[in-house]
Amino acid sequence: MRINTLFYTLRQGFRNIFRNKWFTLASIATISACLFLFGLFYAIVANFQNIVKNAEQGVSVSVFFDSGLEDSRIQEIGEMIARRTEVSNVHFVSADEAWESFKADYLGEYADGFTENPLADSANYQIYLNDVSMQSALVTYLESISGVRKVNRSEITATTLTGVNALVAYVSVGIIAILLAVSIFLISNTVMIGISVRKEEINIMKYIGATDFFVRSPFVIEGMLIGLIGAAIPLGIIYVLYNIVMEYILERFSMLSQLLSFLTVTEIFNVLIPVSLGIGVGIGFLGSITTVRKHLRV
Amino acid sequence: MSARGRRRRASSDSNEIITLTDVCKAYSTGAPALKDVNLRINKGEFVFIVGDSGSGKSTLIKLLLRELTITSGYINVMGYDLTKIKHRKIPKFRRNIGIVFQDFRLLKDRNVYENVAFAQRIIQKSNKEIKKNVPSILAIVGLAGKYKAKPKQLSGGEQQRVALARALVNKPTVLLADEPTGNLDPKNSWEIMKLLEQINENGTTVLVVTHNREIVNAMQKRVITLKRGVIVSDEEKGGYIDED
Repeated sequence: MRINTLFYTLRQGFRNIFRNKWFTLASIATISACLFLFGLFYAIVANFQNIVKNAEQGVSVSVFFDSGLEDSRIQEIGEMIARRTEVSNVHFVSADEAWESFKADYLGEYADGFTENPLADSANYQIYLNDVSMQSALVTYLESISGVRKVNRSEITATTLTGVNALVAYVSVGIIAILLAVSIFLISNTVMIGISVRKEEINIMKYIGATDFFVRSPFVIEGMLIGLIGAAIPLGIIYVLYNIVMEYILERFSMLSQLLSFLTVTEIFNVLIPVSLGIGVGIGFLGSITTVRKHLRV
Repeated sequence: MSARGRRRRASSDSNEIITLTDVCKAYSTGAPALKDVNLRINKGEFVFIVGDSGSGKSTLIKLLLRELTITSGYINVMGYDLTKIKHRKIPKFRRNIGIVFQDFRLLKDRNVYENVAFAQRIIQKSNKEIKKNVPSILAIVGLAGKYKAKPKQLSGGEQQRVALARALVNKPTVLLADEPTGNLDPKNSWEIMKLLEQINENGTTVLVVTHNREIVNAMQKRVITLKRGVIVSDEEKGGYIDED
């Protein structure tokens, strides 16, 4: 391709955006609306997953040992547990630490009456899991280890979190499917408008002897630019909106912010920017290719 | 003579620029648009193709442009076997054909200069050449002063001149004009026909599809008459034959 043909193609791509203002606006609005919904949904789901993940990581299983079990066996048990794939972290709590923690939590100044550690047999391992749904399998394993006296767990928390996780997954898939269907419908409608606007122009180009590449290039550049703008607008809106909502939640519901951990705007946008721009440019590219291709067989 | 024999003859005759041998074109519905058409047009000829609506004139133009493919027979334009030409070769083939339509088909959002320059850009001419060629062709069609105007600011006659300039700027071997005066008044019609004649005198083969009896009768050129998809008459210095 000659250099002035390349510049001509690029220039035409940019000019096309202004030539058919209504078509451009309709396309940008369609892509923006779809990507806005996508971004909003992603921000909510990502936060939800983060909250659930943090809650999961807080769920622990405690393992207590037979009275008088040797330290070497306790250590051996710790190593066995740490090797399990579902285990993220194993923390040893000695009897003294357990008593100190109990005193601090429940007794306060009344603890002075105790001269010996009443929790002498309460040395234990606090086990944190990667995947809370594996809790019962782990408990069965732990109970089978010789030297283990008792395994404490919170089954309700584990089941609830597993349930919430599954619900989030189902809802995510459902909403993504609906969003995709709506996007495809809206975009195909916009493409149809594009076809009627461009039909004559493409025909003229083909009659004069333009190659498919020459006809297609300005439209593809136009489509990708529309996609880029269509992605940038909702990103900007979501950025502002997210900051406002987070500020509002942290201000008005400070209790919530202590219980739940929200993602920062940077964490959200680290994923949202490349994905949204990719989808926007991709839609623009595919939309324009499809629009033009139908008319290239002239 | 067998079809193969005629084919050989067509390719060996260096003066022949358009060859149709036993060409049939049928659409999926209705009667065939063209039936057993045999036609030879030499370099530098000026030919009128006449006939009433539905006689197959437009189908013939579309076949010559390779917008449509024939159902059977053989068609060769400027050495391109249009029965075998590959899709990617079609643009190169069309660059040797200038085309003018009844409805002008200009790019409405571009000015006169850009509409004509567009044809040059397609064949990747440099900006320097475009700046030289476009004003000179606009001067030939009498529109040098209106190069900045948009199509809707021009009269029908002027728009057709722009279309003609666009068709000619790449110096085509063949010029196809499909009802070029169909939307014009008699004065503009004559001016366009004079331009076509002038172009023909400079060596371009010109095929004009028309309904305009007065022009056909006055110009005394070769006239091919189509009726219901069949060539019913082919006369040198002919006239418009009435349907009845």
